[in-house]
Amino acid sequence: MPSDSVTDRIQKSILLRAPLPRVWRAISDAREFGTWFGVAFDGPFAPGARLTGKIVPTKVDPEVAELQAPHEGAKFEIFVDRIEPERLIAFRWHPFAVDPKVDYSAEPTTLVVFELEKLGEGTRLTVTESGFDAIPIARRADAFKANEGGWAHQTRLVEKYLSRAA
Amino acid sequence: MFAALGDPQRLTLVTRLCREGPLSIARLAEGADISRQAVTKHLHVLADAGVIRGTREGRENVFEIEPRRLKEARGHLERISAQWDAALVRLRKLVE
Repeated sequence: MPSDSVTDRIQKSILLRAPLPRVWRAISDAREFGTWFGVAFDGPFAPGARLTGKIVPTKVDPEVAELQAPHEGAKFEIFVDRIEPERLIAFRWHPFAVDPKVDYSAEPTTLVVFELEKLGEGTRLTVTESGFDAIPIARRADAFKANEGGWAHQTRLVEKYLSRAA
Repeated sequence: MFAALGDPQRLTLVTRLCREGPLSIARLAEGADISRQAVTKHLHVLADAGVIRGTREGRENVFEIEPRRLKEARGHLERISAQWDAALVRLRKLVE
């Protein structure tokens, strides 16, 4: 059920130094998307499509790939909501459902919308994930505990990566 | 914020507490389509589940969202937010 509350959604907006068509390909081509995200999809993204996939280590960062290894092989399910070429692609999924031992299929999905906008020579990408309010507290608390160690690792890695790149 | 208990009346009560902060039974019953008795019953179910907690203020019972639940929900959101940050770093690495 839709909600205005600040707990219902996450929004990220970044400026990428890459032309819009390049960024579009990275988010709308299932194979490319999987390369950075870390999932091997079983088919292409098309409006209304339901795709399954497997978590695989990301190809763009070997250190992160190593951290993702415990989740490797976990089944991943995604529903393509809509596609507006070179502007928007939206999916539904179970947010970061990466524990191979858990069956997430009965849970509500969140909606993830990627939007692109040309900005000078680059591209602004905005990702909005919404629908968290519909997810039961108990599951959230468990997910919180289960993910805590792994993701604390992950964020330290991100910091390391950013400071190296600076 | 907490759809966990699946009952629309309880969801309305919890939503009001989220939006308006701590409220007495009287205030909560004011806005509702159901009897004060029914409101009280729902509030006790929610309190037993640890979603809200009640305290006595003077002659009234006042209810508020259980702060620990709020913290857990926010913590969860922060996790997902950090995961997105990490994923977008990888996207940047691919396209730039």
